[in-house]
Amino acid sequence: MNSEPILSVRKLEKRYGNFIGCTDVSFDVWPGEVVAIVGESGSGKTTLLNCISTRMERSSGEIRYRMRDQRFPDLAELGEAELRFLMRTDWGFVHQNPADGLRMRVSAGANVGERLMAIGDRNYGDIRSRASDWLERVEIAASRIDDMPVSFSGGMRQRLQIARNLVTHPRLIFMDEPTGGLDVSVQARVLDLLRMLVSDLGLSVIIVTHDLGVARLLSQRMIVMKSGRIVEQGLTDRVMDDPSHPYTQLLVASILEN
Amino acid sequence: MVTDNPSVMAGAPLLSVEDVSKSFTIHLRGGVRLPVVANVTFEVSPGECLVLGGPSGIGKSSILRMIFGNYAVDTGRILVRDRSTGDVADLASGDPRLVLSLRRDHIGYVSQFLRTIPRVSALDVVAEPLLTRGVERKAASNRAAAMLERLNLPSALFNLPPATFSGGEKQRVNIARGFMIDHPILLLDEPTASLDETNRDVVVGMIREKLAAGTAILGIFHDIPVREAVATSILDVAAFSTREAA
Repeated sequence: MNSEPILSVRKLEKRYGNFIGCTDVSFDVWPGEVVAIVGESGSGKTTLLNCISTRMERSSGEIRYRMRDQRFPDLAELGEAELRFLMRTDWGFVHQNPADGLRMRVSAGANVGERLMAIGDRNYGDIRSRASDWLERVEIAASRIDDMPVSFSGGMRQRLQIARNLVTHPRLIFMDEPTGGLDVSVQARVLDLLRMLVSDLGLSVIIVTHDLGVARLLSQRMIVMKSGRIVEQGLTDRVMDDPSHPYTQLLVASILEN
Repeated sequence: MVTDNPSVMAGAPLLSVEDVSKSFTIHLRGGVRLPVVANVTFEVSPGECLVLGGPSGIGKSSILRMIFGNYAVDTGRILVRDRSTGDVADLASGDPRLVLSLRRDHIGYVSQFLRTIPRVSALDVVAEPLLTRGVERKAASNRAAAMLERLNLPSALFNLPPATFSGGEKQRVNIARGFMIDHPILLLDEPTASLDETNRDVVVGMIREKLAAGTAILGIFHDIPVREAVATSILDVAAFSTREAA
């Protein structure tokens, strides 16, 4: 209870002319915590994720991040070099479509090793052995290290993208519908892997999903968005078992019972 | 956390529920309000097993869920006392991080039904509370296996996900998981409902051990022999109910 947030968002807004992408968004993320942002298409959840991860420029509001040296600057105050460090090392971004996060025509090993080289690793043998370790951790046989992701199945590609993101020991991972494009059976395996890695590595995660089952499995806290605004937030199981906002009640009531 | 009294009293209640009320507002049905309970007030002390009594639908499970932070409360306080420091925290405030920390260190809950996770084996379901508290994997698995053996779960099932288990097998996995950690407060929602007599007696023995160790237990037991074997007092929830029993 005594730690401080790793990320703090206040009054964040993104406008496209008169259209509101998201507005009045405030929340914190603590170290080791998984926060799910849920809502249907057009609710502003992906816009929010893109603004926080600096992939998109915000219109107004604050986004503060706890640097490794404990400074807590607004991301807008950071210089080019520090932002690049965050993007390449301290953060990860897992895209719904693995092709957006991988280089499809270089080998699996190079996809993982590239992030290490970007932060100055030059020892080929060391990079290759760490890439090989990570392939095994995401349940890809080390013998596939020289194969290109184009030859992988959807589930393998997604697991490779996860390995590529985690190899630099990031502290915060953004995920945009990480299991959205996968068959149900493959999805279970990727979710199980994510669940274990997140808890073993003590990662902070912000995951955007429209799948409340995924949110329930992975997250401790949930933020529900509608029309660009947060309508409800709290402990994940509380929000799902005792939803208070009409929109959250509608979402929860729409889940198929199993 | 508020430091209540630095001189810690050994027998002081670990859980104090004060004037708690709960209703549901169903927006999909035109905002109809369903009152559940009101003015719920009671305490549970170390070594005590308070049983919530009354017919189905009277709000017993809702009370357990509020104390676990799974349901929000409309009004009132749910005070959880730290056994060693005497600090008191109000779980009813609903702060997610407070609720998570109280669940980790203070309040265990055995729900009526096991929520299964795809691909996760029975052994891992039971070992997980230990793993998240830093117990080494091998030791956690051994303790989980011992607990499942005590509950007579066939060892052939240990490495299978419980999704395909029978009701009684799932319930034993759920009980094993809930009893792995020595939480000062334990909430039990009909833990023996689908068990045979042998396993019911095992669970009664496990509950008695917890009580002897000073755990404060709040439970729902429709099973009369179990209730008679473990209850130190019974509280009729009808007194707090704001609706007709189902």
